Amino acid sequence: MTIRLGVPSKGRLMDKTFAWFAERGLEMRRSGSEREYAATVDGADVELMLLSAGEIPRELAAGRIHLGVTGSDLVRERIPAWDQAVEVVAPMGFGHADLVIAVPRLWIDVATLDDLDAVAAAFRRRHGFRLRIATKYHRLVREFLRDAGVADYQLVDSQGATEGTVAHGTAEAIADITSSGETLRANHLKILDDGVIHRSEATLFRARGATWGAAERRAMDDLSRRLVRTTV
Amino acid sequence: MTPKSALRAEAAALLAFFEAAGAVPVEADLLLPADTLLDLYGEDIRARAYVTHDPDRGELMLRPDFTVPVVQMHMAGGAEPARYTYMGEVFRTQAAGSGRPSEYIQVGYEVFDRADPTRADAEVFALFAQALAPLGLRAVTGDMGILMAAVDTLSTTDARKAALRRHIWRPRRFRALLDRYTGRVALPPARAQLIRAMQAQGAGALIAEAGPEIGLRSAQEVAERLAALVADGAAPPIGAAEAEVLGVILSLKAALPDAYEMLCDVCVDLPGLAPAVDRFAARIEALIAAGIDVGELPFEASFGRTTMEYYDGFVFGFLAPGRPDLPPVATGGRYDAMTRHLGGGREIPAVGGVIRPELVSRLKAEARP
Repeated sequence: MTIRLGVPSKGRLMDKTFAWFAERGLEMRRSGSEREYAATVDGADVELMLLSAGEIPRELAAGRIHLGVTGSDLVRERIPAWDQAVEVVAPMGFGHADLVIAVPRLWIDVATLDDLDAVAAAFRRRHGFRLRIATKYHRLVREFLRDAGVADYQLVDSQGATEGTVAHGTAEAIADITSSGETLRANHLKILDDGVIHRSEATLFRARGATWGAAERRAMDDLSRRLVRTTV
Repeated sequence: MTPKSALRAEAAALLAFFEAAGAVPVEADLLLPADTLLDLYGEDIRARAYVTHDPDRGELMLRPDFTVPVVQMHMAGGAEPARYTYMGEVFRTQAAGSGRPSEYIQVGYEVFDRADPTRADAEVFALFAQALAPLGLRAVTGDMGILMAAVDTLSTTDARKAALRRHIWRPRRFRALLDRYTGRVALPPARAQLIRAMQAQGAGALIAEAGPEIGLRSAQEVAERLAALVADGAAPPIGAAEAEVLGVILSLKAALPDAYEMLCDVCVDLPGLAPAVDRFAARIEALIAAGIDVGELPFEASFGRTTMEYYDGFVFGFLAPGRPDLPPVATGGRYDAMTRHLGGGREIPAVGGVIRPELVSRLKAEARP
């Protein structure tokens, strides 16, 4: 049995993943037409599976793939106790994005989480409900705010265009992924000084719960040697 | 693993015990509206409870505790005074790999009585002690009222007291606030810079040039908080002696009579604490009258500080000695403020607690030769 490697099935993430492995002597390419989600690897005992980047955490957690490439933000958000389920093989140096908490630039009285907490208390007294933070990263944001001791807020789900929720009046603050901060600025938002929840990048993960027999371990050792040799 | 039928029998025996003590058995729904629980406990409850969705009723939670539905039921028209008992499943998500059950039975006893809250505290504790007596558990008591009174007696602004009171249940944030109010930790540089800029340009100009007014929080609210920040910056620090006394109270662990002696000493420095210490003394008397041997009964001022934030007075727990792997067999306390919160303008002193029959049955089985 070979080891199964899940990689993103489209876009820049797929291209950069292919390039990253190619630099390490592993040529990947789609087999058949552009529409077919199958691919092959030359020179290694690896079966390539093209998957949606969002599904790779689930496949890793279930152990249906041995290795997977996806954003570290998605793994931390979607796999409970992620570090028990997967192991980081290598950060890949692309797909950088920060998960941050941002508030309106108008809020010149708010620079830190301390301020956000104090404002949440005052907001609840005045408006009669908890200050709303729009996000799709519920687990990461909740854990971060709990550790920081921030109270009197609520999370509202936003699966897209999250930066616009404040202007639309459906949230008071947001927690979202940003790479350059451009979209935040355009929407009159600013990042809290201590509001970086996670610095995400594309990462090669190993699933602890996949089948790791002698053959898979041999294939993994072989792969690791090639990755290490060319990374250094 | 004890079969569920055996656990039900254990629970039914406890329920019968509380009924014999004069409680009326009550039932509560399994599916509870999420908004009430969220409003009360905050976002953390979403990580602890099972959330589901109903096409008509919206977001619902599988009952994470009985206290909220029982309080709601009582506030909606229960006769006074009232004593209730109940048994049934509660549902809590557990950390991945913890192995703790996410579904377990609770049996509870709750007292809504205006007449003599201190006596009601003692009644509940004594009843739990009696129900659990064969198990040889370690009891521990605490008093959130002492902590809140200690904060109230500090010589500082009302805003600072309110901030400290709000975070009594979050020790880390409480400590951070206290460090700032005592001047042990300097203001964050951004804050100092902001205050200087305001003094130079005026708050109105700063807000106007910061960005457009978006969202529900208005420029007016920003201006009000800026004024509050300036006032806070001008407030004198809390004195080192007072902060030290507060530290002594927070870390107080002693048998009840010794704890009382120490709190009396503290009253010399913080005379405002006296009413809370008097209530503490009255509770000791009530416990003695209820037949409790208080001589060795532990008091830990910070007990209950990191658990459910609705307790605001007497708190207690019964723990299996030498078994830190097990959750408490029973916990309880006073929650007057919650009845105010859920009562829609009405309130009533309330105290109660829950037992986990599954642990009772397990400890009994382990004790058998």
